[in-house]
Amino acid sequence: MELTQSILELIRKASTDLSQDVENAILNAFNKEKKGTPAKSVFNTIIENIRMAREQSTPMCQDTGSLIFYIDFPVGETEKFYTEAIREATKEATNLQYLRPNAVDSITSKNSGNNIGINAPYIHFHQWNKDEVRIQLMLKGGGSENVGTQYKLPNPALKAGRDIAGVRKEIIDAVLNAQGLGCAPGIIGVGIGGDRVTSYILSKEQFFRKIGQRNPDKLLADLEIELYNDLNKLGIGPMGFGGKTTVLDVFIDAQARHPASFFVAISYTCWAFRRKSMTIKKEEVIYD
Amino acid sequence: MIKLNIPISEEDIRKLRVGDEVLLSGIIVTARDQAHKLMVEQKPDFIRDFLKESVIYHCGPVVRKDKHGTWSFVSAGPTTSIREEPYQADVICEYNLRGVIGKGGMGEKTSQGLQKCGAVYFHAVGGAGTLIANAVKKVINVFNMDEFGSPEAFWVIEVKDFPLIVTMDSHGASLHKEILEKSKKIAKEIS
Repeated sequence: MELTQSILELIRKASTDLSQDVENAILNAFNKEKKGTPAKSVFNTIIENIRMAREQSTPMCQDTGSLIFYIDFPVGETEKFYTEAIREATKEATNLQYLRPNAVDSITSKNSGNNIGINAPYIHFHQWNKDEVRIQLMLKGGGSENVGTQYKLPNPALKAGRDIAGVRKEIIDAVLNAQGLGCAPGIIGVGIGGDRVTSYILSKEQFFRKIGQRNPDKLLADLEIELYNDLNKLGIGPMGFGGKTTVLDVFIDAQARHPASFFVAISYTCWAFRRKSMTIKKEEVIYD
Repeated sequence: MIKLNIPISEEDIRKLRVGDEVLLSGIIVTARDQAHKLMVEQKPDFIRDFLKESVIYHCGPVVRKDKHGTWSFVSAGPTTSIREEPYQADVICEYNLRGVIGKGGMGEKTSQGLQKCGAVYFHAVGGAGTLIANAVKKVINVFNMDEFGSPEAFWVIEVKDFPLIVTMDSHGASLHKEILEKSKKIAKEIS
């Protein structure tokens, strides 16, 4: 019961209270735009909306997304315990309009009405050796999910070879194709290597990073910075109206690949970049 | 900033140009995928009077029902419009619409419909759910709620000073096309 309440609060915060790192990035982007441009007025609306949502405790975006939970838990506890609490909290959060009902049966097209369905919410478990529990939640909107994409290398159409330069070309292509969709300025998550499935997973997991948090690998960190600068030269701007900020950040990670495969998966999230975490240590719950 | 009230005349809508910022007031209707399919395949009449010289809003809202059974909008930003591209032009002309509100812009077929029947594409700020819900003053009615679920239902709502930007006008201009062409060139340079 107590856990359910804490998770409900996690969901409420994720949906209504944009994290400070993201808000700061948006304020920076606002300051870069000239007065009287559509870009300036879009950022103005976004900033006002962020503040209103926090104040009114209502979803900043009506697409409250699919719920993706990542749980790290100590040895000796059961997954069932957390799964049940998450499902209860999700139903209650839907009742309280922190969430829109977003779980649709793929065969009958019937909306379950409470965000519960097969594999919804999605929960990823990981057991660790610490004496504490960490629950991370991402609310992933449908519009931005739809512009996510997966490439292979080599890619003759883009003249992209099996190297970092090739990866770069594919990321630029993905952001170019996403314009107007996915609610720019977006945040880009990239997974290099792995198989069809794990490359996407890696790309999505990057979204648990903070804005500005660079990959510890120097080469990848440099690539992130370089792409952040280059992608913002595209001029796509907020909502695709033109402007100086097209992406708020680029997160890249890499993993081993099969010699025959070279996948590059790209996930996109909108400016309403909603992810929060909570840590339970003894009786104390800390939200971030 | 242009103040626009529904019903909108064809003459007024044709004055609007890409880049114009508008505050829209009056009664409008939300409709997305299932609703558009229905309007094209079955041309239902129950929605006809609400749509005449008004606009459709591509939106699946978060809604609240109070203890008296009265609905209100909690969060209501735009959804991606391009999914309605196969239907939109037909819906505009069939129902005498003066515009659609959404995000991301639409394609050539819709642009033809805007020009032919006198309508524009208004872009709302994607993700601005709470702010736009505050501009929704009243829920007048809801149709097909049980069949479609709340995001997909037709919500007839009264809005006051809904902030919008015209990104496709009734003269064939499109901000989306313009930005796409420019950004494609830059992408080539940086790739």
